[in-house]
Amino acid sequence: MNRELFVHNSIVIRNSKVYKNGQLIFEAETDLSISKFLKKIYKQQELKYPKFFKMDNLSKLGYLGVELLTHGDIQDKETALVFANSSSSLETDTAYAETMNEFPSPSLFVYTLPNIMLGEISIRHQLRSENVFFISEDFDPGLFVDYSKALFQQKKVVNVLCGWVDLHNNEYDVFLWQIALSGGKKFNEEELKKLYLPTHE
Amino acid sequence: MSRNYLLNDSIISPLGFNTAVNIEAIRNSESALKLHHYSKFFENGYYAGLIESDLIDRKFNTIGDPTLFTKLEKLMILAIHQVIEEATSVDLNNTGLIISTTKGNIDQLGKNEFPTDRIYLWKMAQVIADFFEFKQKPIVVSNACISGALAIKTANDFIQAGRFSNAIVVGGDLVSEFVLSGFQSFQAISPEPCRPFSNDRKGVSLGEAAAAILIGPDDSETKQKVEYIDAVTANDANHISGPSRTGEGLYQSISRLLKNNNISTTQIDYLSAHGTATIYNDEMESIAFNRAGLESVPVNSLKGYYGHTLGTSALIESILTKHSLLNNELIASYNFTELGVSKNLNIIQNNENKDLNLALKTASGFGGCNLAMFLKKERI
Amino acid sequence: MSDLHTELKKSIIEQLNLEDMEVSEIENDEHLFGDGLGLDSIDALELIVLLEKDYGIKLSDPNQGKEIFNSINTMADFIEKNRTR
Repeated sequence: MNRELFVHNSIVIRNSKVYKNGQLIFEAETDLSISKFLKKIYKQQELKYPKFFKMDNLSKLGYLGVELLTHGDIQDKETALVFANSSSSLETDTAYAETMNEFPSPSLFVYTLPNIMLGEISIRHQLRSENVFFISEDFDPGLFVDYSKALFQQKKVVNVLCGWVDLHNNEYDVFLWQIALSGGKKFNEEELKKLYLPTHE
Repeated sequence: MSRNYLLNDSIISPLGFNTAVNIEAIRNSESALKLHHYSKFFENGYYAGLIESDLIDRKFNTIGDPTLFTKLEKLMILAIHQVIEEATSVDLNNTGLIISTTKGNIDQLGKNEFPTDRIYLWKMAQVIADFFEFKQKPIVVSNACISGALAIKTANDFIQAGRFSNAIVVGGDLVSEFVLSGFQSFQAISPEPCRPFSNDRKGVSLGEAAAAILIGPDDSETKQKVEYIDAVTANDANHISGPSRTGEGLYQSISRLLKNNNISTTQIDYLSAHGTATIYNDEMESIAFNRAGLESVPVNSLKGYYGHTLGTSALIESILTKHSLLNNELIASYNFTELGVSKNLNIIQNNENKDLNLALKTASGFGGCNLAMFLKKERI
Repeated sequence: MSDLHTELKKSIIEQLNLEDMEVSEIENDEHLFGDGLGLDSIDALELIVLLEKDYGIKLSDPNQGKEIFNSINTMADFIEKNRTR
């Protein structure tokens, strides 16, 4: 099977702004801390998920991105999650390391793996599906294309949700999109670069 | 589509600095787990498998300057070096490098011994790739404790996608104060060497190791070789740190793998389990294995030999599974006493020679991830 | 309600990130786990850290936690009897 794949729906969260399919849908003051910015999206979207407050900021970014992308509804419970970032869980690693001097915090340690975000998304949407987490210096569309295509070719999925969710030194960069056998734009490296870059100032 | 095989490999662990020495050691029931002191998080010491830095430096001296690389980088470079030395089909222009790790150089956090960007997993990967002058950009898989096997799946898929002609998969993680204190804060560290699946198990022992293997097509006239068949992952969707009580994700990954490949459980000769020796993990595995109909398949956990080597564990265990298949040899589940899980399992209690063809490797990890993979011996 | 009860509620809300809760919403005899406040296994571990950090109590056997962390009342009782600071 070598059918063509399509991107339908994308979310970009960057510089205190949220874009859906290229359109600005939310904007906050630029001087907000990341925690306040994330809470603001949560409130504005009228989300009701107390677990949100327990997550580290990386998982919050992933969780919110998926809510915005899917309107909180993923029908296909076998939708695979193919994710990547640059800084792994370094932000929380550093926070945990500070607690090591006195009382190491279990609730921080649990977030010192980047794929915990995939666990949070899977729990929220009850997805018992394929997971993978890659690390690359910059957004690398080829990783997503090759890995996702293999999942389709091996007939393991009919839907994939991809995510680049990076957080470091309070700088965040989120790009999420869904792939399916029909839909909007063609799923290839060039289209992904275009979807990822336009709002990149 | 071209078939990919598990080719040349290397294991660097407290039990030895190549695969053959490691196999000989576990065959003779040696364990890497020893009592160590000098951690402020353990008043009475802790059991773990550690590799002495001096020993690593002595070995590394023959191929490079040990002062230029972190402990973990040296271990991974040593493992890759062995594979490249032996394998004629490695071509630095077209061979991929796929790195499996959970925490990379986390022991360097807050230190100034190396440039600070070495804490990034992609930077560590680039340093390792540059040592050998790989032309392809290295790929890092960091998906908790299934990473090692997931990196093999990634290698297979990327070779089939035409990205590489073949790929070296390397895994590595250290027993750092970071990881030790974290597992201790989970109250998950065993006060004695870990006893997977036993009724007196008291938790995890950690271990450090690196391993590497060449994955790719092979048209040589080798009499027997081990083929990668397929791998499936599935999330529990239950809890980020605790496994599902019903073993849902692990069960799903196994049953989908069986179905995708039209294989029945009676064809499986050996099951290489995850078996960390925490109360909940081993219980979860027994439930998932029973639900999948694997209760009579000979099964072991190799954690008693190495401890839990995190991002390396599923890779080391896959390499040892390959050799079990080639040698027709089942290895005893070290430190096993009496069955301590609620469902029956056929734990391998003594080393045994037996005709083996098809093996199932499983792994589970934080974030609710699970993986099941088939490896098969092919005869010409 | 004693000061200790209120203090415990405050630190539980803060330490366990129960951001949408207020002190007045937690009853003294309400179950902290399961059908009550709905805490989980990581929260239990964090409560063990809280006992040590704030009251100098080291739990030698983590299984003790089940009874101690039943409710604010049981936690306060245990702390009164065992606190070293």
